[in-house]
Amino acid sequence: MSDIPTEVVETDVLILGGGMAGCGAAVEAAYWAKALGMKVTLVEKAAIDRSGPVAMGLSAINTYMGLDGKVTQNQSTPARYAEYVTNDQMGLARQDLVFDVGRHVDSSVKLFEKWGLPIWKDEAGNFKKSGEWQVMISGESYKIIVAEAAKNALGSLGDKGQLIERVYITHLLKDEKEPDRVCGAVGFSVREDKFYVFKGKVVICILGGAVHVFRPRSQGEGFGRSWMPPWLGGSTYALTLQAGGELTQMDVTFVPPRFKDSYGPVGTFFLLFKTPATNAYDGPYVGAYDSETSKWAPYAKAKPCPTPVRNYEMILCTKEGKTPFLMHTNRVVERYQKEITDAKELKKKIKEYESEAWEDFLDMTIAGATNWAAHNIDPLEKPMELQLSDSVFIGSHASSTGAWVCGAEDLMPAEYKDAFPVKYNLMTTVKGLFTSGCGVGACAHKFSSGSHAQGRICAKSAVRFANDNKDYTPTVSDATINKLKEIVFRPLALYKEKCAFTTSADVNPNYISPNGFLFRLQKIMGEYAGGWETLYGTNDKMLETAIWKLSFCGEDAEKIAAKNLHELMRAWEAIHRYWVGEACVRTRLARKESRWPGYYYKFDYLKLDEGQKHFVNLKYEADKKEWKVIERPMVPIV
Amino acid sequence: MPSFVMTEKCDGCKGQDKTACMYICPNDLMALDKERMKAYNQEPNYCWECYCCVKICPQQAMDVRGYSDFMPLGAASTPLRGTEDIMWTITFRDGRIKRFKYPTRTTPEGSIKADEGFPAAKAADLNNQFILGEPSIMGVTELSTIKK
Repeated sequence: MSDIPTEVVETDVLILGGGMAGCGAAVEAAYWAKALGMKVTLVEKAAIDRSGPVAMGLSAINTYMGLDGKVTQNQSTPARYAEYVTNDQMGLARQDLVFDVGRHVDSSVKLFEKWGLPIWKDEAGNFKKSGEWQVMISGESYKIIVAEAAKNALGSLGDKGQLIERVYITHLLKDEKEPDRVCGAVGFSVREDKFYVFKGKVVICILGGAVHVFRPRSQGEGFGRSWMPPWLGGSTYALTLQAGGELTQMDVTFVPPRFKDSYGPVGTFFLLFKTPATNAYDGPYVGAYDSETSKWAPYAKAKPCPTPVRNYEMILCTKEGKTPFLMHTNRVVERYQKEITDAKELKKKIKEYESEAWEDFLDMTIAGATNWAAHNIDPLEKPMELQLSDSVFIGSHASSTGAWVCGAEDLMPAEYKDAFPVKYNLMTTVKGLFTSGCGVGACAHKFSSGSHAQGRICAKSAVRFANDNKDYTPTVSDATINKLKEIVFRPLALYKEKCAFTTSADVNPNYISPNGFLFRLQKIMGEYAGGWETLYGTNDKMLETAIWKLSFCGEDAEKIAAKNLHELMRAWEAIHRYWVGEACVRTRLARKESRWPGYYYKFDYLKLDEGQKHFVNLKYEADKKEWKVIERPMVPIV
Repeated sequence: MPSFVMTEKCDGCKGQDKTACMYICPNDLMALDKERMKAYNQEPNYCWECYCCVKICPQQAMDVRGYSDFMPLGAASTPLRGTEDIMWTITFRDGRIKRFKYPTRTTPEGSIKADEGFPAAKAADLNNQFILGEPSIMGVTELSTIKK
């Protein structure tokens, strides 16, 4: 692979990933970099116009305070937000980080409106809220708008602003004079033979969450219909671990309850349309298992009931054999028919409901709309099934896997300070390595707006770090670069060397395909580590078996072969997913309780244990090849 | 399938080095067969059915056939995306048709200048907690904090 050219890119602020957080980071970094004469480089594996989980669009902005009071309902505050998130997460949240998102999130939403995102308003111009935190939007072009702002901001820096697309990042670079410091990254172009080396004064790693570590429910063509997009390979978590960074809550995967198979969103149906959902026998499942769920008090008793407890009700109902669940979209119409006597008004209301219901799907989960039509279901007339979907790693929804990061100076409790070599908001435990969005753990309910805002907070903080380290130059030897280059392209080299051994290149004793490797990982995770296959249950024996079987995956990761650059990307995604799986299993093994029973539970510890109300963190010590579990305390600030 | 390219309509974006669908696909699924000058989905089981390719195709040569795992044949959600709104035609398996139109943006494409209307950044402000446009853009004068 020595014939593949290497391009070295030297910059000041290196942003890896151009999703919501990455685009927020680019706008903010460019703003401050302009004043300081710094260079900003954003690297993305796709095209930022439509990358990350918002690629398809969104039908709501799920986090908005309404600090200015111009909302139709539920004006809120960062302190209330931190309380809400903590209860939803069964008592464990980094309140300093959540509070920080809460005090900044409105500014991102106001920017979106200024940039051209259609936000629903009432006649007085107040943002239309549904539920406590959600603002309704017509968001088909949400990501395009946010990306355009990022692109133009980078463009405004002239030759000091750079956007490099279709480059997959495989490794972070450590400084050879200062081995605990991150100073860049390497990767490859998925479109041409080119190896990239990026060096920066600071690195923001926001490559998103992880899907496809657990097995998706659909496995034919529908393999790609994970709830979060299938291109989320968990690189943020894998790279942070490999760089020696500490991750938190890697056991707390999110299991979204969604319209079955298509994974159409349910939030707007519950919050805006007040749609009733039942078990198959038209009986309630919400609130129907109090004697069981009350064991998760006080959290389960609070209003609103935490997402993992509501999920657990669905699990208990499934065990009782009372599925399929049904979302009675038709009963909204029946309710209007009872409530509205004026025929013209009724017709208008039903028309409005129909348009908004379809928009909810068409703006963000088009497959949900097609699935209605494919089953001849008009939501005004018939209900549709609900189901718990497959487990995902996400830092920004109703769970929060990710890095243990430093909080804001005025918010972070003193107890957390020791973990960080230098203190900059949203820096990981590794010097020079920052993250935000799905990269930040124990900071749930950021959603798209909070991720964008957190990307901006992070970028300002990273620029400050770079400015405080103006004279720093990364030291990385050619030997290191050449070794990494060999590793990165190893799957292509292996294929070329061995493929002729068998008459069909697909089956060969010398290597495994990226998909073959991924399916093995998913089988282990699903059957031993608490996937949907066991209705999200696991135990220590199953987890120990998973670790044993994953150890072979770790070895076989070096035997993945790729036929072309596209498969090379799949190979590296699979390797990064393996790291995420390993981190999840080890964290689940370390936690001896079932704190989030609707996300995963342990058959051998099927209870909440307030004696374990602490964060379970994990790091990998590369020199010793050892995993280390670290407990961090829960320190409330509100 | 799930996204597919109609042979007669696709012109391979007239021989440019990459097609519109290759440019946009978030999962790098679209490829160009240079001999036939036709694009195709090289890995259908990794398709999210996000319709980014369908919406961007200049020839309207692309559509999506719902995942065969769970969707009966015959239905379609077909977008027509303009500069400020999107029109959807929903075709049911039994032939019923519904049409919806939704706004997509309120400003001209390409016009966004993120920092327009805000004062230029000053190095001295790096140490405070305000990010671009704050606090005025939020309609408040200060940021919340906590008493320690």
